Amino acid sequence: MDLRDVAQALVERARSAGADMADAVVGESDGLEVGIRLGEIEKLKRARERRAGLRVFVGGATAIASSGDLTAGGLASLVDDAIALARVTARDPHGGLPDAADLATALPDLALHDSALEDVAPDLGFARCRAGEEAARAASPEITNSEGAEFGCGGGEVALASSAGFVGGYRSSSASLSVVPVATRDGQMQRDYWYTTSRRLDGLEDAAAVGREAARRALRRLGARRVATGTYPVVFDPDTAASLLRHLAGAISGSALYRRASYLLDKLGEQVAAPAVTIVDDPLRQGGLASRPFDGEGVASSRRTIVERGVLRSYLLDSYSARRLGLRTTGHAARAAGDAPGVAPTNFHLEAGPHTPEAIIASVPQGLYVTELIGFGVNGVTGDYSRGVVGLWIENGELTYPVEEITIAGNLLDMFRGISMIGNDLRFRTSTASPTLKIDRMTVAGT
Amino acid sequence: MAEATQPERFFLDRFDLTGSALERVLGTAVATRADHADLFFEHRVVQTASLEDGVVKKATRSLRHGVGVRVLAGTRQGYAYTDDVSLERLELAARTARYIAEQRGDGAVPVRASDGGPHDLYAVTPAPVETPVADLAALLSRLDAVARGVDPHITNVLASAAVEHRIVLVATPDGRLVGDVRPLVHLSVSCIAERGGVRQQGSHGGGGRFSFSELGARADAYARDAARQAILNLDAVPAPAGTMTVVLGPGWPGILLHEAIGHGLEGDFNRKGTSAFSGRIGSRVASELCTVVDDGTIPWRRGSLNVDDEGTPTQRTVLIENGILRGYLQDQQNASLMGMPLTGNGRRESFAHLPMPRMTNTFMLAGNDAPEDIIRSVDRGLYAVSFGGGSVDITSGKFVFSASEAYEIEGGKVGRPVKGATLIGNGPDVLTRITRVGHDLALDDGVGTCGKDGQSVPVGVGLPTVRIDGLTVGGTQA
Repeated sequence: MDLRDVAQALVERARSAGADMADAVVGESDGLEVGIRLGEIEKLKRARERRAGLRVFVGGATAIASSGDLTAGGLASLVDDAIALARVTARDPHGGLPDAADLATALPDLALHDSALEDVAPDLGFARCRAGEEAARAASPEITNSEGAEFGCGGGEVALASSAGFVGGYRSSSASLSVVPVATRDGQMQRDYWYTTSRRLDGLEDAAAVGREAARRALRRLGARRVATGTYPVVFDPDTAASLLRHLAGAISGSALYRRASYLLDKLGEQVAAPAVTIVDDPLRQGGLASRPFDGEGVASSRRTIVERGVLRSYLLDSYSARRLGLRTTGHAARAAGDAPGVAPTNFHLEAGPHTPEAIIASVPQGLYVTELIGFGVNGVTGDYSRGVVGLWIENGELTYPVEEITIAGNLLDMFRGISMIGNDLRFRTSTASPTLKIDRMTVAGT
Repeated sequence: MAEATQPERFFLDRFDLTGSALERVLGTAVATRADHADLFFEHRVVQTASLEDGVVKKATRSLRHGVGVRVLAGTRQGYAYTDDVSLERLELAARTARYIAEQRGDGAVPVRASDGGPHDLYAVTPAPVETPVADLAALLSRLDAVARGVDPHITNVLASAAVEHRIVLVATPDGRLVGDVRPLVHLSVSCIAERGGVRQQGSHGGGGRFSFSELGARADAYARDAARQAILNLDAVPAPAGTMTVVLGPGWPGILLHEAIGHGLEGDFNRKGTSAFSGRIGSRVASELCTVVDDGTIPWRRGSLNVDDEGTPTQRTVLIENGILRGYLQDQQNASLMGMPLTGNGRRESFAHLPMPRMTNTFMLAGNDAPEDIIRSVDRGLYAVSFGGGSVDITSGKFVFSASEAYEIEGGKVGRPVKGATLIGNGPDVLTRITRVGHDLALDDGVGTCGKDGQSVPVGVGLPTVRIDGLTVGGTQA
């Protein structure tokens, strides 16, 4: 079954059932997940899912129906459900599909699919897990236990058809490996993890190296204590720095802006970060973890500078939020089959700076190096930020003892403007990526 | 609806299967050295409507259905699922799932199974999912007016309503079929307030396994509260930073228990010895004022279940009794491996997921103090009455939860509202610092969703007013 045909048929049926406009997403995926714990097989899971989602516009009102039942009868009720719902919702003058001029015409091959991930034998996954977990457990006698290692891979296809004149689809795949060792000293346990993820099987990092890094991270947390409440410089490692970028992406997403629920409202063209900060969104990176040839409405994607030398240059918009704001869509519609398009960044990163991570740490007389953030204390409306921290304490430019049960707090606008050093260690390990960042002043709450 | 009382017939008819076909599939699944196998059928319909800018702009309806085949062999679990349900697919899934049992080196582990029947906690007629979407829309429009009526500075109201109908069926090799029909209704209201260039938000919601009309009866209070909170936060001052006395209000602040101790008492972590509570049954983990239970049997609650997702009836499990750790939350695999009783906590997000020990409704029993006396007893501290979300590292025991409505306490009186702050503490330690427990136990309004290992399930929490002597407050005012 060609998914594009299913999507197109849904759009046509919706049109003949009374929809003025419609678009449909159809997706299919297969997956394998395996786990090893303490050297023994713990889990094997095989998945197979298909899903279709239809959005209709009837007299300016919209509704969405989705289903895992792709039989003829299932698809027919999908159309009926969507049309019936749209007769109840209110007309929205900003609703509708993207302008035809914005739709993707050529679909670039972005190397998103690896045929080696189509039918992976469980034993391959078990072997990678074993190698990763064994390396972690061999790293130190203080690695006393393990939450195990997991390998996952999968592939699938997604198709989109729209009565605005778009039909397209692409295949993609992904694989990942993670290791979670537990370290113990003086009766206190600490766990940490490390991972690798890629579109390609041969793009995964060496399993033993992942295991060793996971062990290093768990071991360095042993003996963690609290520190005194105060104001200090804070250094974020690349993974925790990337979480700050995700908060920024949320605040420049069209839906937050037209709802006036963003601390970056009306800040286009203004200094929202330190002059050294440049942030880029690139949906077309070859093999990128969030790359795609078109967005969730069929709009062409392109590389875009979001923050240029600290100045906000672009929001992230889908066609609806663009119309609400009197702007043009930026091709950032993200689409799950069962919902209206939302807005999400693609491969989103902060450009590397000149400093080695060591030099950044060495610049701090007394402060915090953050390796993990926990909790949900981020208010996107005000930018107020308060989260739990795990990390290492910096004294005289050197990492000393581990810290935990403390928080850091500030305001995201002040934090981005307060970025004073940027690392040269940018790696595209996740779709949102950052080098090491230093922020000059944040409140640390502890004893 | 006929299917509302007959999950067995519903699935067999829908997918053109017979009881003997299921037994054959389960036979395939256990036909190696497996200890146990089960099939989990699920059919879920969700209808939603959402409002913004004063009108209902969006409605959705979704259908998910499928089946998972699970094989248990000691510590191993094999699982295969499909949403393309046919006998052929089921046989294939069974052969895939049993792979893990084929090469096991350990001996058989008898798997505990309950022979108790399901409770009857939430039979609702008509099923909430049958509610015309126009009724959802009418409710949301009314709430928009209610929220805006609270204060002229409310500039936007986002509200959404969801009605869900979930039918599940667990089949086991002994021929047992246990089904459940689970209605769920949910409402959330979020308000944006703007005054003099300052913007803030407030939110409230609720729901449970009850009728849509019941939700409608409760809804105005949620809308008023969301608006009140947004306006209140306009005047919030920066939160303090450091360790201080914290008073938690009743109800939803029970998320403290969920994060600080609940997850750490789930059987899987304790079997593996990776929880900060591992091996501590019988020891003191809380002040003697504290008795904490997990109870999946409370009628109409969001966290309640007639049976868990392995077919075990839910129950009330005492976790902490007068400060002493008494029990863990179990699913079949972990109860069997640990030689402990089933507690009816084997839950999964959907047919695409393996069951795990999960909480249902977790709360602390009421104490003797008047809430106003508890606040009066604090010279300087924080009074937190509502929270966003929380999380925990079950191995180190460190947990956080983030306040969305909190106040200073000065000289025994509730003072100015403070901006949201994260509270952080140590699970095995925090309940030992509870020095006062109020007589005002309340369960939350039905908003909780718990995430674990990528799976989300609805849960409930509850708490009386409590005083905690020494919790770190993560504000900006050092």
